[in-house]
Amino acid sequence: MKNSSLLYRVLLILGLTLVAIVYLMPTLVTNLPQFWKDYLPTQRVHLGLDLQGGTHLVLSVDVDKALENTLDHDIEDLKKEAADAKVAIDGIERKGNRIVARIGSGDARTQFTDLVKERFPNLTVEDSSTEGGVATLQIAMTKREEQRVRDLALDQSLETIRNRIDQFGVTEPIIQREGTQDILIQLPGIQDPQRAKDLIGRTAVLEFKMLADVPDADDIIAGKKPVPPGTEVLKGAEGERVGGRAQRQQYLVQSKTQMTGDVVADALVRPATQMEGPYVALELNARGAKQFDTLTGANVGKRLAIILDNNVYSAPVIRERIGGGHASITGNFDIKEARDLAIVLRAGALPAPVHVAEERTVGPSLGQDSIRQGIMSFVVGGSLVFIFMLVYYKFAGVLADLALTLNILFLVAALSAFQATLTLPGLAGVVLTIGMAVDANVLINERIREELRLGKSARAAIAAGYERALPAILDTNTNSFLAGLILFQFGSGPVRGFAITLCIGLVSSVFTAVVVTRVVYDYLLTYRRLQTVSV
Amino acid sequence: MELIKPGTNIDFIRLRFVALGVSWAIIAIGIFSLIYHGGPNYGIDFTGGVMVHVRFPQAVQVNDIRDALNSAKLGESTIQDFGAGGTEFLIRLPVESSETQGISDAMTQALAQKFGKDAFQVLRVELVGPRVGQDLRQRAVLAVMFATVLMGAYIWLRFELRFGIGAAIALVHDVFIVVGILSLTGYEIDLTVVAALLTVVGFSVHDTVIVCDRIRENMRKSRRESMGSLINRSINETLSRTVLTTGTAILVILALYFLGGNVIRGFAFTLLIGFIVGTYSSIFIASPIVLWMERAPARR
Repeated sequence: MKNSSLLYRVLLILGLTLVAIVYLMPTLVTNLPQFWKDYLPTQRVHLGLDLQGGTHLVLSVDVDKALENTLDHDIEDLKKEAADAKVAIDGIERKGNRIVARIGSGDARTQFTDLVKERFPNLTVEDSSTEGGVATLQIAMTKREEQRVRDLALDQSLETIRNRIDQFGVTEPIIQREGTQDILIQLPGIQDPQRAKDLIGRTAVLEFKMLADVPDADDIIAGKKPVPPGTEVLKGAEGERVGGRAQRQQYLVQSKTQMTGDVVADALVRPATQMEGPYVALELNARGAKQFDTLTGANVGKRLAIILDNNVYSAPVIRERIGGGHASITGNFDIKEARDLAIVLRAGALPAPVHVAEERTVGPSLGQDSIRQGIMSFVVGGSLVFIFMLVYYKFAGVLADLALTLNILFLVAALSAFQATLTLPGLAGVVLTIGMAVDANVLINERIREELRLGKSARAAIAAGYERALPAILDTNTNSFLAGLILFQFGSGPVRGFAITLCIGLVSSVFTAVVVTRVVYDYLLTYRRLQTVSV
Repeated sequence: MELIKPGTNIDFIRLRFVALGVSWAIIAIGIFSLIYHGGPNYGIDFTGGVMVHVRFPQAVQVNDIRDALNSAKLGESTIQDFGAGGTEFLIRLPVESSETQGISDAMTQALAQKFGKDAFQVLRVELVGPRVGQDLRQRAVLAVMFATVLMGAYIWLRFELRFGIGAAIALVHDVFIVVGILSLTGYEIDLTVVAALLTVVGFSVHDTVIVCDRIRENMRKSRRESMGSLINRSINETLSRTVLTTGTAILVILALYFLGGNVIRGFAFTLLIGFIVGTYSSIFIASPIVLWMERAPARR
């Protein structure tokens, strides 16, 4: 009976070792044979961004801005509906997250309230007060609508960013929602993180506005005269210089937006010619083509400003009516910038601005250094522990080293099998596991020594050693495991990698230190009639 | 081979007042250091800010870097020589608002203007916005507190209440000493250091468990022995194991500290101090508390 239990345990250990080796092979061997690719696991140990280099970004979406945009639209609609229903409004504007409407007559007030109730189920009149015969109504979004707008802004931002990254070309990016306003992005192995960040973070609202046709535009831009109502001063795009000085061109444009970027069906980069630099050709959809046709037809000889995120890229003179839905954006940019511009125009605008809440970028050379240094400390630290155990415990030390080797094998194989991420702290965790995993062997061996000192036989001392040491081994490892779980809960990215290696290491070390070494003793006691213990 | 001879009998319990004095002294120095430095030296993970890690092909003066950054008017930057013979530096800038876009870019551009575009390499960029920093700090403090309480509760359930209290107090002691020493030595508290601190909390309980386990075993065997001598005997009996385990752990931590690179040096240093203090506190703090709580009810 004893023998069959021993056999099962040997088979279990051999089986696990085989499985571990199978999972390790893809990491160790670059060219796997075909049959392996067909039937066996091919995933390698997944390296974290801090080891392979790359960028980790948390973008926070300014969802409040999306709310404000929606309210601004609602105001336009309210005005229109009120005009259609012949309800006289004295004034309507947005104050923060509310619409404030002022209405003179009592009749109009009731009519307006009914209008909001009937036509705008997403809005509620929260408060009204009357002062000097003029009623002031405070209108806000319903809680549900507010939530919907927030969610939508986040989802749309996520989709847009995913589109942009896909077109930018990053292998295995991770893009996901985090919490109520954040988007987590991981871009492994990118060479130019700044460019990627600019591309991802750009709001990319494209607008077409007419340049204001007033004689004293220069004085207004210079601030000498007040800006006339219905117009605004916008800066030119970066890179444009006025007369060699580092000053950006400014334009006086009409505030009314004639067309927006949502009519762009496609955007393509056109390479530079002798006459001009590279530019982005826009292809508009049917609605856009019609709008553009009308717009250009009505404004021949005037200047049209092409505006991206409130910067005027160019303001060409409309020479003739342009049909067919083709437009172009020229500007002072190189081919890379033109390419990125085309990407954001194709992928569309973000519904709200985004801010970088967290960024961690590691260059590829530092990642390489970290791997090298991690492996170096692994080899040196591991060797020291190995040699120490041998010298201190002789044969029992050999067993401990065997357990340690299997432990490392299981640990790395488990990382590969579960596709856990190996980070720099994770690598340190592997090294630390070597130092801490021998604790179980030390506990057992010290106990065996004590039992031997009491004059017990080899068999009795070994049995007592394992039995008495086991509760303490389980307790200590459970404790560390709990600490590891808290660590996992608390940490992000690299720290989680550490928590994972630590926890896997604990589980596998209990198995190798207790089960594996015991099997060897049992074999020796049963089949080799072991009389003395070398410990 | 034996490091601790069997039959070793050091009177740890008698040394407890000396140990108490030493512990309080170190904690006091640590607290003074914390007050002097105006709180723990949090890294940008917890304060928010931008950090750029740059490497130059040859040694560069800190002042030259400062000049380059000052001319770009980027705000109050701190520049730290990152211990690679004056070729690697950590440059930090605070972040005031959520408008974080382009700060690190502006920083590298300022350096490029002074030293030339290809004269240096950007190894690392870390940016933590104020909201994230505050959130992380709260979570770090909560995690350490929760871990301490959880460890104490575990010991209480597995052994007795007084063992659990002893373990928890020993852990608080360890955390205070480690944070104090980090402050004294100028290491920054970042995410990995907190991870190391949590590991220390987990490891420090190891020794307490081993000692408690032995105390309980000895209590069953001999009911007449006084608690003081019983605890003392238990510590001595497990001393060999304690020294060995801490020893092997410290071997690998030293390897990490010296060979693991400067990115994880703070992490390795925290582990090093923590493991030493953790072992010490199990013997000199946790066990005497168990003894004291044994005697306390008797005095009434």
